[in-house]
Amino acid sequence: MNKEKLLVVDNLVVAYGSIEAVKGISFVVHKGELVTILGANGAGKTTTMRTISGLIKAKSGSIKYKDKELTGLPAHKIVGLGISQSPEGRRVFGTLTVEENLMLGAYTKTKVNTEILDKIYQLFPRLQERKTQLAGTLSGGEQQMLAIGRALMSEPEMLLLDEPSLGLAPVLVKTIFETIKQIKENGVTVLLVEQNAKAALKLADRGYVLEVGKIVMEGTSQELMSSPKIQEAYLGKKKNT
Amino acid sequence: MEIFFQQLVNGLTIGSIYALVALGYTMVYGVLKLINFAHGDLVALSAYIGLVTVMQLMGALSPVLLIIATFIITMILTSLGGLILERAAYRPLRKAPRLSAVVSALGASMIIENGIMLIWGPMPRIFPASAVPNANYNIHGVYISLMQVLVLVISFILMVALYLFVNRTKLGTAMRACAIDQDAARLMGIDVNKVIVTTFIIGSALGAVGGLFIGMYYRGIYFNMGWIYGLNAFVAAIIGGIGNIPGAMLGGMLLGIFNAFIAGYVSSSWSLALTYVLLIVIMILRPTGILGERVAEKV
Repeated sequence: MNKEKLLVVDNLVVAYGSIEAVKGISFVVHKGELVTILGANGAGKTTTMRTISGLIKAKSGSIKYKDKELTGLPAHKIVGLGISQSPEGRRVFGTLTVEENLMLGAYTKTKVNTEILDKIYQLFPRLQERKTQLAGTLSGGEQQMLAIGRALMSEPEMLLLDEPSLGLAPVLVKTIFETIKQIKENGVTVLLVEQNAKAALKLADRGYVLEVGKIVMEGTSQELMSSPKIQEAYLGKKKNT
Repeated sequence: MEIFFQQLVNGLTIGSIYALVALGYTMVYGVLKLINFAHGDLVALSAYIGLVTVMQLMGALSPVLLIIATFIITMILTSLGGLILERAAYRPLRKAPRLSAVVSALGASMIIENGIMLIWGPMPRIFPASAVPNANYNIHGVYISLMQVLVLVISFILMVALYLFVNRTKLGTAMRACAIDQDAARLMGIDVNKVIVTTFIIGSALGAVGGLFIGMYYRGIYFNMGWIYGLNAFVAAIIGGIGNIPGAMLGGMLLGIFNAFIAGYVSSSWSLALTYVLLIVIMILRPTGILGERVAEKV
């Protein structure tokens, strides 16, 4: 395998005060890949995502995107480099309309390409139906679509998705994951953080498992899915006796 | 009936001034969730800057040019003051507990107030009567002065312009986004610091217009006037719903008209006390202010 490395995280440490939430993790995302980070609550997944996007400063270690160091860059500059994020809990702007939310996603663009907006409406027809509605009045699933659509408005090369299935009904989870698959097929590199390990591994090329701030396992989705430890801890299967 | 319309005109005039000042409180509160207690003193400072400018330029310029130049110079210098205020008093405390920023705001307020006193002295200063030609129009027994027309027209234009800026432009939308969720705004690529600075500049510039109107309309200005005008405007912002821009406009107008009617039908010495009765009644009926409504956020 000789794929281009898009994102290289090396020995990243992130701390809140004196408590280290991420304790020296390293991972790689290749161009065009869909990589997932699995882990329980408090494992450090969201912290990792927020650090990549520049919302939190790393204590040490490096994050390189296309050989450019991201640590130390303010969040608003990182979006312009081609990494955008749909954050945990969606964080849509509730008192702004759906379309205003989407337009803000393209804030770094000097001119908004209407083709992108059309593409996103194709991906999520529900958003087009509700474009003049306030985002806060959407259902949870629609808000998640909006959060992903908004992140795509900047035409990112790499999309960070933090818990897109959180709090959604199973049928909606399926829809969201199908959309993520479509986004990947359109050529966007995806880093997906999920608690829903089964759905994430089905979709992903490779995965990393994070436990209390450390990567404890990594491999292709196949490898991870067949690992007894993963099956027991994350896929809810009992050991064969 | 004449008293009614006369007080309505007076009320709309002072209400416009309250509204201009209230916008500064509400906009900063919107993006920073901070009550900028120094805003009223910045308004007082703008009145003094305006006075100095008028005195320097009077005679050198025609009356119309004099007014335009005074407004532009005062707005620029006051915005600069707002910019320094944000850098020195608020930005270093951005991540500190809310109370620290409030204390810093009160401190900045005292520094500006006492600074004005040190520079221009503790005695009231008077705006020259000839700054704005003293013309009166009599419309069916209701008197309206040229100054009042000026206040109403300029305030209206500024408020419409602000409304369009906030709702129709990219930077204005970014401002609303920052008011809702700063981290999410950062993820959009919005430079939050730039938005905050813009907010302070606009709020201070509008406050400067308010301060100039106070000076030109009431003529007497004094070093600690920021306290009482600031307080009234702050109450107006709360009545309208703090953080809500049309709310500040509405709250200012309502409070102005309310005060004018109290002065016309009861006694002006009651206006401050009854202002708080109005505030309490509104807070009981609508704790978020008249337009301060929150959209339920779904999780």
